[in-house]
Amino acid sequence: MTYRLGIDVGGTNTDAVILDESRQVVAKVKQPTTSDVMTGIYRAIEKLLAQAPVDRGSIRYAMLGTTQCTNAIVERKQLNRVGIIRIGAQATTAVPPLAGWDDTLRQVIGEHIHVLSGGYEYSGKTIAPFDEEGLKQAVREMRGKVQSIAVIGVFSPVRVEQERQAAQIIREIAPEMHVSLSHEIGSIGLVERENATILNAALMNVIQGVVDGFNGALQKHRIGAELYLGQNDGTLMSSQYALQYPIFTIACGPTNSIRGAMHLSGLKDAIIVDIGGTTTDVGVVQKGFPRQSALAVDVGGVRTNFRMPDILSIGLGGGTVIHEKGSELTIGPESVGYLLPERGQAFGGPVLTATDVAICLGLADIPGTDPTRVRLSPAYAQRAHRRMVEKVADAIDRMKTSPDAVPVVLVGGGAS
Amino acid sequence: MKQLNEQAIEDIAMGAAVLGTGGGGDPFIGKMMALEAVKKYGPVSVVTVDELEDQAQVVPVCMIGAPTVMAEKIPSMEQVTAAIECLEQEKGQAVDAVMPIEIGGVNSLIPIVAAAKKGIPVLDADAMGRAFPESQMVTFHLEGYLPGSVTLADEKGNVTLLRPIDGAWSERLARAITVEMGGSASMCDYWLSGADVKRAVIPGTLHTVEKIGRIIREAHGKMENPVRNILRELQGYELFTGKVVHIERSIDGGFTRGKAAIEGTDRDRSKVMNLYFQNEHLLAEEDGKLRAVPPDLIAVLDEETGYPVTTENIRYGARVTVVAFPAHLKWRTEVGLETAGPRYFGYDCDYIPVEKLCKGGKAE
Repeated sequence: MTYRLGIDVGGTNTDAVILDESRQVVAKVKQPTTSDVMTGIYRAIEKLLAQAPVDRGSIRYAMLGTTQCTNAIVERKQLNRVGIIRIGAQATTAVPPLAGWDDTLRQVIGEHIHVLSGGYEYSGKTIAPFDEEGLKQAVREMRGKVQSIAVIGVFSPVRVEQERQAAQIIREIAPEMHVSLSHEIGSIGLVERENATILNAALMNVIQGVVDGFNGALQKHRIGAELYLGQNDGTLMSSQYALQYPIFTIACGPTNSIRGAMHLSGLKDAIIVDIGGTTTDVGVVQKGFPRQSALAVDVGGVRTNFRMPDILSIGLGGGTVIHEKGSELTIGPESVGYLLPERGQAFGGPVLTATDVAICLGLADIPGTDPTRVRLSPAYAQRAHRRMVEKVADAIDRMKTSPDAVPVVLVGGGAS
Repeated sequence: MKQLNEQAIEDIAMGAAVLGTGGGGDPFIGKMMALEAVKKYGPVSVVTVDELEDQAQVVPVCMIGAPTVMAEKIPSMEQVTAAIECLEQEKGQAVDAVMPIEIGGVNSLIPIVAAAKKGIPVLDADAMGRAFPESQMVTFHLEGYLPGSVTLADEKGNVTLLRPIDGAWSERLARAITVEMGGSASMCDYWLSGADVKRAVIPGTLHTVEKIGRIIREAHGKMENPVRNILRELQGYELFTGKVVHIERSIDGGFTRGKAAIEGTDRDRSKVMNLYFQNEHLLAEEDGKLRAVPPDLIAVLDEETGYPVTTENIRYGARVTVVAFPAHLKWRTEVGLETAGPRYFGYDCDYIPVEKLCKGGKAE
């Protein structure tokens, strides 16, 4: 018998499971995410192994879903400095790289920008000769100041040569630098593809930390499994691949929920409602894969265009704060998040949350809570509950693709 | 004279997407170019049609070609002004103000780029009052003006000067050159004096889109619905509120043509609206009854945010409010309706003004 290990590190909870050969769940744990995420993974594995005493050597594959990269961008932390090479002058000069990025993010990335002659027309013809000398000079100048380089050529999704040529030149001069090529990251739409490529290049240290930590946690447990990371479209990538394309992990949180819900329900076409601590994310499964969004997507305030699951996120989760102002009732959007066991009223804390409403109405029973601690009249709790149900029903309806009935699968900590 | 700052440019881009009536190209790149130009060269002054001297020289400047190409091969600032400068040489005099040829979509922003770089004002007016799919659909044409000398420029530094015999030839030649220039080029035509401008443009439209953008932005900040205020600003009508339940879309002769069916909610429950489009939303009917026909404007707005929904992005399940606004009177003339009335677009019906179709309806 061989086994697979699956771990999902969310903003609120870290979930982990062991599956056997027939993909049956043999062990599962949920525990709060720790500030040191890797310790959380180590402990999760420890608990799993206590639950199901499987032979460590028989765990062949280990899959990790993590929002570490997303959080790094949103919080502007741990990002590395990036050299930006855009190939396309004189075209494109009316909108320089990093236009529209906020000052904090610009400073973190550093403003090492070089717009060089080159690029292609939509037909694949050359706009202008590629300025190799300019590139060599730029790389020499940036060496030691940036850790990675993003290369973005005009119409590179149509013709890749100049970007590849640039990568070769960079590797010859500065072999220590990571190189991200835009045609491998996104599609037509220069600004969005460039932004995604720069973010990818800025995540090199973060993803290295994630993979090292994941590796370390497994090694400490003497598990010699092959490592995979979940990516946006619902498939897996090897950890070596993830080290090149960390940006592809950016939406794996909701994607993992969708894939997990599909696996457990056995449904190939369904609407998946993932009720987390802070938000409820509604996604759609079509023919076994998460439906993709065609629109430009903002990542931490930066406009990008790579493929993402089509998710409708509403500000309602287990930790969502309920405000009472006289007869006025508002739900969220703020949440106590992973602090629910400290802040929620049923846990003895001061804040009224969606979880408290459920406990007060006898809809949920969570160890360590006491419904009498919730300061809420039953009538008011009913109203709040009705409003929450309406919000979710409306979100489901918005994601439907036809008037026909469709199965809905509820997942996540808040679903119970 | 009013000045356009970064906030005004953001607002114009949003408002231009509303008057783009579903087409006109995503204003995003135009907005980024205008923001960059203002950052580099300082704010742009706006001159109204009333303030314009009769002997002033005015030229519209725009981008021609596929919006997708422009989103990838973004123009240079120099190419935008190169088209103007070539025409200045041809005319032997300097231009005093630039103006948008259309107020819907990306071309509302291009003159701001040119104005910033050249240090001249932009005129608060345009030649459509909305976005239209074909280049003869301009008020210059309705008033009998010919395009005159036409210039096109690309980012490589190529500039061409054409002297077409009429609007149709201008379109044919300009398209062919645009293809050779790489699918997107900047363009100037209809160089006019201030006196001619007063006869041949729709005044005040730049200011109008800025106000609409501001209404949407402020409503967003207060978590309010902006639709009512947009209708008041444009003397418009709320036609229908519902959920998009069916979409047909095809690319045909360089245009996005199609139809969207919307199932009513709230007070439109159990009714269905059919919306027909060719790049722009053109005709709306409810249970077989006409509700708005071209050249009147139809916009599809997100029910909650009031953000405009384009014909390319409208999709199943979207909750929308369909609104209609009366076209400028220049379009409601015989020649106006010949140029952009329902029959020109292939719909078998006569033009009936939206205020008549919505009589006793939901006018604001």
